[in-house]
Amino acid sequence: MAQKTTTPRTASKANGGPSLDIDAELARKLLTDMMLIRRFEEKAAEAYALGKIGGFLHLSIGEEAVAAGVTSVLRTEDYAISTYREHGHCLVKGSDPRRMMAELFGRRDGLSKGKGGSMHLFDKSVNFLGGHAIVGAHLPLAAGVGFAIKYQGGDEVCVCYFGDGAVPEGEFHEALNLSALWKLPVVYVCENNRYAMGTSLERALAQTEIWKFGQVYNIPCEPVDGMDVLAVREVIARAVDRARAEKTPSLIEARTYRFRGHSMRDPAGAVYRTKEEVEREKQRDPIVLFRERVLAAGLVTEADVRTIEKDVNDLIDDAVAFAEASPEPPPEWLLTDIFKES
Amino acid sequence: MAVITYREALNQALREEMKRDPRVFLIGEEIGLYEGAYKVTQGLLKEFGPTRVVDTPIAESGFTGVGIGAAMVGLRPVVEMMTFNFALLALDQIVNSAAKLYYMSGGQYNVPLVIRGPGGPAHQLAAQHSQSMETYFYHVPGLKVVRPSTPADAKGLLKSAIRDDNPVIFIESETLYALKGEVPDDPDFIIPLGEAVVRREGRDATVVAYMGMMYRAMEAAEELEKEGISIEIVDPRTLRPMDTATIVGSVRKTHRAVVVEAGAGFAGMGSEIAAFITEQAFDDLDAPIERVTGASAPMPYARNLEKAKTPSKEKIVEAVRRVCYANGS
Repeated sequence: MAQKTTTPRTASKANGGPSLDIDAELARKLLTDMMLIRRFEEKAAEAYALGKIGGFLHLSIGEEAVAAGVTSVLRTEDYAISTYREHGHCLVKGSDPRRMMAELFGRRDGLSKGKGGSMHLFDKSVNFLGGHAIVGAHLPLAAGVGFAIKYQGGDEVCVCYFGDGAVPEGEFHEALNLSALWKLPVVYVCENNRYAMGTSLERALAQTEIWKFGQVYNIPCEPVDGMDVLAVREVIARAVDRARAEKTPSLIEARTYRFRGHSMRDPAGAVYRTKEEVEREKQRDPIVLFRERVLAAGLVTEADVRTIEKDVNDLIDDAVAFAEASPEPPPEWLLTDIFKES
Repeated sequence: MAVITYREALNQALREEMKRDPRVFLIGEEIGLYEGAYKVTQGLLKEFGPTRVVDTPIAESGFTGVGIGAAMVGLRPVVEMMTFNFALLALDQIVNSAAKLYYMSGGQYNVPLVIRGPGGPAHQLAAQHSQSMETYFYHVPGLKVVRPSTPADAKGLLKSAIRDDNPVIFIESETLYALKGEVPDDPDFIIPLGEAVVRREGRDATVVAYMGMMYRAMEAAEELEKEGISIEIVDPRTLRPMDTATIVGSVRKTHRAVVVEAGAGFAGMGSEIAAFITEQAFDDLDAPIERVTGASAPMPYARNLEKAKTPSKEKIVEAVRRVCYANGS
């Protein structure tokens, strides 16, 4: 990397060593959430290979610590909005994995009745405002949600996930400017996985330290190790508090890595990055890192981990079975949900 | 019933709907402190304050997206495009987000949003500020598109648009803002979206036209009357959903049709209207449908060229004569 990078905050530094400032319940929750995302996407990839899921399927395997860490500091009524790589964000926001999987399968019991697919998961029951598949386009929507919260005098917060690929888009800058100008309760979380499809950060951005764009717009901003779920949690907790209490937006750059390709059509993701790089990054698997830490701290036992694994696998197997059993949407649904009847 | 301008009618509609529903707010460039580039929002900042009349920087995609996001979670934004030409900067927001969220979410998130402002040919504003913009929107499933030709329609249709639970593209005209007409005072006066109106009853041919073209068709009607040709003028008012029944019903009566549009013609509104008349009333037609459209060129600046670009009264008169003297059988 040509530019000198800022070392992002990690939780072990922040907490001054291996003793973790969390309880066993939270440790189990974070581990479960990350494992749930991983398993959901592994099974989705299997279903895709079998032709049961079509179109584009973008996996976030390797990036689970961001979704789990961010969501762990949100209240149920807080909002989240995301990109087309949103399975994890939707899942840990509290959405039903069965209805999510049915959506990926294009079935009638899917969250969007089979009309949205993997890239367009929406779940109003948990204030998940969708998977949006035009890069950068949902950032102004997040600002609008923040605007509405403030307009209505609420204290909810809107978290907006996006990739490094959205940063060169004009809408990133318009949304940050408006949010800063109007003091909107939005936390912009950039999941920087270093590649926008096959284009590396260095080939896309004159300023690769993405968090620094927050300085330009005069809002709190910082990088964080996106492979460290506790570091994410800590940084986002501060940002969420600022948004809730002071209506101050933040830009957080979570440095992460996707272990898979851009989509299932780029399975190896190897044309634009080296095998050595991918293998090196896999050594920092967020689930393995966190599991080792909580085991070492005595917060969970090996038996606990096995139980979590079994529960997660059962839940996702059940989701797949539910999706398989759900019928296709009836033909007349083609023409419903275009206009809402008043 | 009071006689007010088209501009005042829009202003009344905004004021009344803001009073009626606290979820309604206005957002756009120069709408507050400056009171609107065309003064449509005059006095509203003073009356409703900066929370509900929101001035924005020049960031059409950004503030349109703000409107969409706010609409998703319960507000009813009215976004002003200073002119609709600038809406192209927000076209992705409108087409890919506003129009599709209800469908993509399987009916979970509707977008009760109005995007309004002037569009269409104006006076010597040249290629980038003088063009018919509706064509970019009415093609898109999930959008409603309104073009109100009179002060009463401007008020009644804008109120309906604000009360609608879906995104509505509401395109006014610089050339009509000063036009005066009778407008009901009743705050419950609305005109439902999707209803065409017969502006002038006639016998020999149906002319379909809206906005400035509707007024040119009216002038053409006067001239044709002297020749003993009586034309019926139908104004669709809402382009989508289109009231095909009223238009087809008129053609069934007159057996001849001329469609006028200010736009550049190719794949324009006239093409669509001619297509559904042909599909639904082919056997009633005594002559091929004529289209009178703008020239297929960007809008020029020079006065004479600008005049030649836009459909004139004379062209409408000629087209009506052709369909009346033609015998399609």
